[in-house]
Amino acid sequence: MAIWFSRSRKIAHFLKPKIAPSEFLYKICSNYANSSSFRTLGGENCRNPQVFSDYSTTILAFRRRWWRPESTRAGEQVETPYSDDDYEDENQALDFPGGRVTFTPEMKFISEASDKRIPCYRVLGDDGHPISGSRYEQVDKETAVKMYKSMVILQIMDNIFYEAQRQGRISFYLTSLGEEAINIATAAALTLDDVILPQYREPGILLWRGFTLQEFANQCFGNNADYGKGRQMPIHYGSNKHNFFTISSPIATQLPQAAGVAYSLKMDKKEACVVAFTGDGGTSEGDFHAGLNFAAVLEAPVLFICRNNGWAISTPTSEQFRSDGVVVKGQAYGIRSIRVDGNDALAVYSTIRAAREMVIREQKPILVEALSYRVGHHSTSDDSTKYRPINEIEYWKTARNPLARFQKWVHKNGWWTDDDESELRGSIRKQLLTAIQVAEKTEKPPLAEMFSDVYSHLPSNLHEQEKSLRETIKRHRQDYPTDVPV
Amino acid sequence: MAAMLQAIGGASPSVAFSDHYNKSSVSSIRSFPVIRSDARSSSGSIHGSFKPGKIITKATATQTESSASAASKPGHELLMFEALREGLEEEMDRDPRVCVFGEDVGHYGGSYKVTKGLAQKYGDLRVLDTPIAENSFTGMAVGAAMTGLRPVVEGMNMGFLLLAFNQISDNCGMLHYTSGGQFTIPTVIRGPGGVGRQLGAEHSQRLESYFQSIPGIQLVACSTVYNAKGLMKAAIRSENPVVLFEHVLLYNLKERIPDEEYVLSLEEAEMVRPGEHITILTYSRMRYHVMQAAKTLVNKGYDPEVIDIRSLKPFDLYTIGNSVKKTHRVLIVEECMRTGGIGASLTAAINENFHDYLDAPIVCLSSQDVPTPYAGTLEEWTVVQPSQIVAAVEQLCK
Repeated sequence: MAIWFSRSRKIAHFLKPKIAPSEFLYKICSNYANSSSFRTLGGENCRNPQVFSDYSTTILAFRRRWWRPESTRAGEQVETPYSDDDYEDENQALDFPGGRVTFTPEMKFISEASDKRIPCYRVLGDDGHPISGSRYEQVDKETAVKMYKSMVILQIMDNIFYEAQRQGRISFYLTSLGEEAINIATAAALTLDDVILPQYREPGILLWRGFTLQEFANQCFGNNADYGKGRQMPIHYGSNKHNFFTISSPIATQLPQAAGVAYSLKMDKKEACVVAFTGDGGTSEGDFHAGLNFAAVLEAPVLFICRNNGWAISTPTSEQFRSDGVVVKGQAYGIRSIRVDGNDALAVYSTIRAAREMVIREQKPILVEALSYRVGHHSTSDDSTKYRPINEIEYWKTARNPLARFQKWVHKNGWWTDDDESELRGSIRKQLLTAIQVAEKTEKPPLAEMFSDVYSHLPSNLHEQEKSLRETIKRHRQDYPTDVPV
Repeated sequence: MAAMLQAIGGASPSVAFSDHYNKSSVSSIRSFPVIRSDARSSSGSIHGSFKPGKIITKATATQTESSASAASKPGHELLMFEALREGLEEEMDRDPRVCVFGEDVGHYGGSYKVTKGLAQKYGDLRVLDTPIAENSFTGMAVGAAMTGLRPVVEGMNMGFLLLAFNQISDNCGMLHYTSGGQFTIPTVIRGPGGVGRQLGAEHSQRLESYFQSIPGIQLVACSTVYNAKGLMKAAIRSENPVVLFEHVLLYNLKERIPDEEYVLSLEEAEMVRPGEHITILTYSRMRYHVMQAAKTLVNKGYDPEVIDIRSLKPFDLYTIGNSVKKTHRVLIVEECMRTGGIGASLTAAINENFHDYLDAPIVCLSSQDVPTPYAGTLEEWTVVQPSQIVAAVEQLCK
């Protein structure tokens, strides 16, 4: 830090003859800007403007001090290398484990909140027109239409399966209503090689990747055709051929796993990244901290996407954390982060494309906070009208609907008509009802599947337990479900 | 590469989870010599010249005895932590997918030096130092395993793995099942546990008690230099998640082991000393207390059969059963606490399966249900001592 030392000396020299504050400030700023001895926290993308805003508070403090040379200075060091006691702001630097850090005699607490919240990246206005000055990645007609159609399919699928649960045909369901843009736009921006570690509100990614309505229905009905062999609750999808890890109910446990998957990709030197999802509630879990910290330290190519939809069952974000959302947490781990309007399909698409490219190229994690609103209840076991006003839900369902906004844009481009819409909705509805009927009639997995896959091969104790169960069923056939093949 | 190798899948040999009641047939997928627990071929005589019903000529024959003899014997001598490292290194040479995660395993070489030198040989990526978050690096191992790698996770002390319990039970243990067999989790979780060295309550946990219920994982405990290396290799080659329990006090045990490659079976118990009067079941460090007690017992005219159960989940009921059928008396000596330990489960399993063969109730000697105290004398008395074992045998064989 000898360079900085000598610069400080120069500043001290400048201060002796009284120079104009503006001139003084310019010299300080230019020293800051030119100094190669500090690192920008924002990464390569951030240049001087960012530097100024980061250090503006320090500069202001500096200037204030200069204006009051006679006032008593708290904690002033009597013995300084310099004999001049006007300049208690001699910024010396010292090495500590973790790097070099400059001193300051001013005891300054970093505020718990900045004056302004981190702004949110948005492309489309509510009317479906791009906001003036918005920069985004262009989406061609084919992709845009597929995106819109997928959002519609996801919405209809959610509604119909939800109804099926209400009718008692499936035991449980969880919708992604309101978050269709996050689901589909993210999926569209990724490739099939990118490994997905979902929380549970991201079935749109599977949908985009080619999971059929029948396959969704099979999992929800837990029948013989379910890839999970009927072992998990509905909506706990998993498909290794779609690079979509099987959903595990506990929150945020997939975040530390992301580092492991990324590690594997790194060893393979694959041109792909890991995408790990969580909600706003999941950021309170210890695994969130651990997962992000690990990914940062190990320089793992993980794209963390937090769907901040405002609610964790009945807990609003105001009771979940006191920070400015989730995006500010990135910096705490040394992770680049961005906040995006999660209901804006184009903004999400552009963000994920850019983030993915950075993650893979730089082999570093990135955190994306997608702001949205959970229109549906947490799940079929929840009635959110108990803890939030119905008109709030209605507002987000209609006025802030991500489908409506994107539809306006696609429509405006002449890529989608109202006829297309009604035809699609009708067709999908029919397909879903058929899929449900087929899934309902399909046999359940046989008894043997209760004991297989616990281990790689059936061990003797499980073999015994299976035998014992079979004998019991044979003796009391009437007490056991008849639709499960023995 | 990892993905490619995973696609090949069944090509890699794995220890088949053998059906215990059909011991005669060699299990399907094996391409390496699996040596049964007798290990006669390796480190000298274990049981010497035992003739049933006659005078016992050799009091206690432990493998350490044979290693004290001439250096002209085949094989090489090493300490247990070195043997664990040797096993790990051989597997890492053999399969590039094997990697190690843990705190201080890289440059520091591990808190008990099991991974010493490996980071220098294989690089920082394959022997990875992680931040302090057990649930994280265990979760990381799960993620890596699901994508084709074969991670070995080191818990600096087994007790810390309680922080990783969710990852071990819900993810390691269950994901193969809940994914319908689509994802496998071939991880090894290992570390030192047990009482000794006055490390205090939090560093003296016997995690096998807590883990034994988790479906989908296997538990093994090593006790000798020979079985440490063999079990390490077997655990790494297994397609199931395996927890390998090492003991803090056994790392410096010295023994002579074969130069040739060998892999032990994860589901087999080890016959330490055949006998006629009573079956003593034990594992890990308690094996040595039992053998010490056996010396005394032999001098008093008893003939105990000592079995190191090694496989804590599942129990090798075949070996154990044969022994019970022969001796009709069982004493279990364990380091777990009384309530809910391995001994408790083993007692239940033997009672259920071999009740007709028992001439006396099963006696289980365990540690008390207290947190392990720090003071040396107290710590010693929380662990089963040879004198208690002798007294229990005398009581049982009355």
